[in-house]
Amino acid sequence: MSAAATPLQVGLREARVRRPLVDGVLPGGRLAAGITIGWLGAIVLLPVAAVILASQPLDAAGFLAVSLEPRVLASYRLTFGMSLAAAAIDLVAGVLIAWVLVRYHFPGRRLLDTLVDLPFALPTAVAGIALGNLYAPNGWLGAPLAALGIEVAFKPLGVLVALTFIGLPFVVRTVQPVLVEIAAELEEVAATLGATRWQTFRHVVLPAILPAALTGFTLAFARAVGEYGSVIFVTGNIPYVSEITPLVIISRLEEYDYRGAAVVGATMLIFSFAILFVINALQAWGQRRSGLPG
Amino acid sequence: MSAAGWQGQRRPQTALALRDPPWVRALLIVLAVSVLLSFLVLPLAVVLMEALRPGLDAYAAALADDNTHHALLITLVAALLTVPLNLIFGIAAAWLVTRFRFPGKSLLITLIDLPFSVSPVVVGLSLVLLYGAHGWFGAWLVANGVKVVFALPGIVLATIFVTVPFVARELIPLMQAQGREEEEAALVLGANGWQVLRHVTLPNIRIGLLYGVILCNARAMGEFGAVSVVSGHIRGQTVTLPLHVEMLYQEYQTAAAFAVASMLALLALATLLAQHALEALRRPHPPEETSP
Repeated sequence: MSAAATPLQVGLREARVRRPLVDGVLPGGRLAAGITIGWLGAIVLLPVAAVILASQPLDAAGFLAVSLEPRVLASYRLTFGMSLAAAAIDLVAGVLIAWVLVRYHFPGRRLLDTLVDLPFALPTAVAGIALGNLYAPNGWLGAPLAALGIEVAFKPLGVLVALTFIGLPFVVRTVQPVLVEIAAELEEVAATLGATRWQTFRHVVLPAILPAALTGFTLAFARAVGEYGSVIFVTGNIPYVSEITPLVIISRLEEYDYRGAAVVGATMLIFSFAILFVINALQAWGQRRSGLPG
Repeated sequence: MSAAGWQGQRRPQTALALRDPPWVRALLIVLAVSVLLSFLVLPLAVVLMEALRPGLDAYAAALADDNTHHALLITLVAALLTVPLNLIFGIAAAWLVTRFRFPGKSLLITLIDLPFSVSPVVVGLSLVLLYGAHGWFGAWLVANGVKVVFALPGIVLATIFVTVPFVARELIPLMQAQGREEEEAALVLGANGWQVLRHVTLPNIRIGLLYGVILCNARAMGEFGAVSVVSGHIRGQTVTLPLHVEMLYQEYQTAAAFAVASMLALLALATLLAQHALEALRRPHPPEETSP
């Protein structure tokens, strides 16, 4: 350590010291950083901080007591359970739809491909009243289902229908590009080695689309947990039975129970943060697996 | 661009070994098409059918209603304020993330995505806790006679919050893929920052930009949950089109609710068509599928 630093080391050290916080040749770094951080801070982070802090005067035990009281707990069970089930249905249906849209050619394919994004583009309130009407006991789908003894509208099952609807595009749109990118050579090699189409799908295609499919699943799940507009028109909104967590927050607000609303809101925010990290990890996994640079 | 170019590309003559048996193909196509029809097309059809069921006169009357006009106005104002502001944010954020190195970049990208995973109701709640009568800034706002919650500013803030990521999310991958060589060349040739942005960057990203603006606008005009919490549902004052749909529906004015909903459904269809057209523009030379 006593040896004098070589010119290279000195140069490196100075480069490190002199490198500005925002580093690049092009101009406008500071301005862009100012706009980005200022806007995110004022529009997103400040309100989010308000929710976390408004729930804070409680200690951990008090927080949990409010966050886990029976009515709220029942809403978590419904919201998370139905969201998981909806995302699972979306996973299967989404992979199927992506496969068919990418691999087969049939009349109307382009039109259907465009329509996949409908749940993103259609305002949730419109989707809600449409689904409520469709699955009502006298609706186009509700009537045949009622004949089979299945009630959807105004029942907990309505939550599932609405959440499946809004989550479907996530899986299709994450899997589709990966299916296109899979080298045809790989599948040809599998065929040459004597694999059946099913074996090829199972051992070549499925591993390749797995990260994307799971990313789509997680995105659909995250969206479903927070969903409000499309659900409230399809289900009965009865506490303990068919009341989703966002609706509990609204009831608390209407009772001027700001603390209670903030505690449930903070619980949902913690979930949002957790799911963001899961999505990041899944995307990093997908990039590693496809050999693309991050 | 290959990721965006998948849509219309015919795979060159699928090799025999990769062809699925005809019955598998037929079965899977039928399954996928029926899921899409029953899940996506039927709800859309229901909206249009129910809107037109009482006849064209009733439809026109529902749309000519004063409350409908006012709701449309509020929705347009909210979108007109939201989209340009988030457009500026999106360009700045993409410029920062794709053209510079700095610590905490991946955290910043995650934060830009945060509004996508926060429940709209929590967004509304957060604004009430900040700007409501009992909120952090509540006392100050009351003292100065500014109304945010249960007024237009709250609606706009909620709309901006939920649409923050749309433009940035479109631009970041696009500008990452394009690299900064052209901009650096312009700089070497003596252009200043604004000239680089105006003559090099913006022309290169214009399609992605338009795509982001269209998605941002669709969400801005359709947002329900977040706006619902901060609106207060005051007819003729703080009711947007989606809220108007909800109120009509809950007052059992079903036909009127669907008539107003059909306007929003047409907006959604226009959005999808525009997306479709832009996808086609995004792949300028499809035949150039050369293997290395």
